[in-house]
Amino acid sequence: MYVAVKGGERAIRNAHRLLADKRRGPRNLPDITLEQIATQLALSVDRIMSEGSLYDRDLAALAMKQARGDLIDAIFLVHAYRTITPRFGFSEPLDTSKMRVERRVSATFKDLPGGQLLGPTFDYTHRLLDPTLEGAEIDEAARAEVTDEDRPMPRVTDLLGHEELIEDDGEAQEGVEIGDLTREPLSFPADRDLRLQALARGDEGFLLGLGYSTQRGYSRTHPFVGEIRIGTVDVEVEIPELGFTVSIGEIQVTECRMVTQFKGSAKAPPQFTRGYGLVFDQSERKAMAMSLVDRALRAREFGEDVVAPAQDEEFVLSHSDNVQSTGFLEHLKLPHYVDFQAELDFVRRMRHEYEDRAAQENKEAAE
Amino acid sequence: MTRQEAMGVLARANREELHDALDAWPEPPQSEALRGPEAGMIMLRGRAGGGGASFNLGEVTMARATVRLSTGEVGFSCVLGRDLEKAWLAALFDALWQSEAEAVDTRLLAGIRNRLDVEGRQTAVETAATRVNFFTMTRGEDE
Repeated sequence: MYVAVKGGERAIRNAHRLLADKRRGPRNLPDITLEQIATQLALSVDRIMSEGSLYDRDLAALAMKQARGDLIDAIFLVHAYRTITPRFGFSEPLDTSKMRVERRVSATFKDLPGGQLLGPTFDYTHRLLDPTLEGAEIDEAARAEVTDEDRPMPRVTDLLGHEELIEDDGEAQEGVEIGDLTREPLSFPADRDLRLQALARGDEGFLLGLGYSTQRGYSRTHPFVGEIRIGTVDVEVEIPELGFTVSIGEIQVTECRMVTQFKGSAKAPPQFTRGYGLVFDQSERKAMAMSLVDRALRAREFGEDVVAPAQDEEFVLSHSDNVQSTGFLEHLKLPHYVDFQAELDFVRRMRHEYEDRAAQENKEAAE
Repeated sequence: MTRQEAMGVLARANREELHDALDAWPEPPQSEALRGPEAGMIMLRGRAGGGGASFNLGEVTMARATVRLSTGEVGFSCVLGRDLEKAWLAALFDALWQSEAEAVDTRLLAGIRNRLDVEGRQTAVETAATRVNFFTMTRGEDE
């Protein structure tokens, strides 16, 4: 039974006013601009876009500001925006082989065609706090000639593909409807298209923990980073009136191809299997975690025993959406007075019965 | 340059570039809206493994418009983002392109392409400077 609670209007109004005041902070400091958030706190903005599942830097920066930097609240705001915005259609599948690469590394092939490009990475930094950063003059990025070495940049998994030592991408099936969990509630078993959609927008921390659990032995797959690449890809849409596709702009994505334990059976020769991660913007940790979890979730396909949480699609997909999780968790702090009163009465009644029974038993024992 | 390519360049224009070109246009074109401009989203798709079956990756904001010039040409635009004015102007220039491709190219598209080239080159040379050559070293412990 739902019982409404009334009252508290003024307190709520003033609490929100206080929130707005705290958000603005000391008035002697300049108000932070959305451009500053979008450019100087770029990786937080990237995370909001990825988990909000909406690519729009300006909106993500606004959400970050409005949420006082609370990323999950910012993601919540973006989700809400998405649900009231009309959808015009679908893009053609992004072609990451034509990515304009800003970073590309492989942990499996030292000398891969196109080479390795570190890009703007935290790798190899010492993770020591730098007190000189505040207000420091920063050098411009170094430059080097672009040579033939830099391209083409084949996907790593294509290198071993011709020897069939590694599984291929599989065929894109024509005419198959692509699952969309924003339109249909999840049902299980879920196919890989739905799983990848859920993982791509899933909570980074949750996926990180699950991916880590597979590394520690809860469904071990012995992974190697075949390739991570970050860069911009074209977004193409078909315009029905014109009968051709148009490139309508570009977005940045991070892609991770994880090469995992080989597998073979009586019918299939041994070969490496793969997990895949694709995430909006620069979000390498999440793309890696996603690829580990994607691989673990393919247990059914490979006839593996489901023994660990990361392999359990119902467990993973039902808990990866942090807006859903936070909504259910945080509702606990809203008034539950009537619910609790009912429980309290019930416990009191049971307590009385218990005490009466104890008294009765004592009496019988004494007699 | 095909119309398809021209639309791709218009989608990457910024509002100022489109405005400036329109202000400098000899005769301001007469036009009417057939649809929009309106903002919404499209669902982006990826492929499992990079080249396999499609999946829904997440959405992106998009604006679009359809305009008709008084001379009859119908122009379309689809551009990433929520800038309605940009979508409107891009559709207008798509319509103009159909009868005056060369003028649109020299007055507008060439400048946008140039800017995109400069931006792309900057990213490429900065990235190239981070090229790394790892090498493995044999250690003598097994001898």
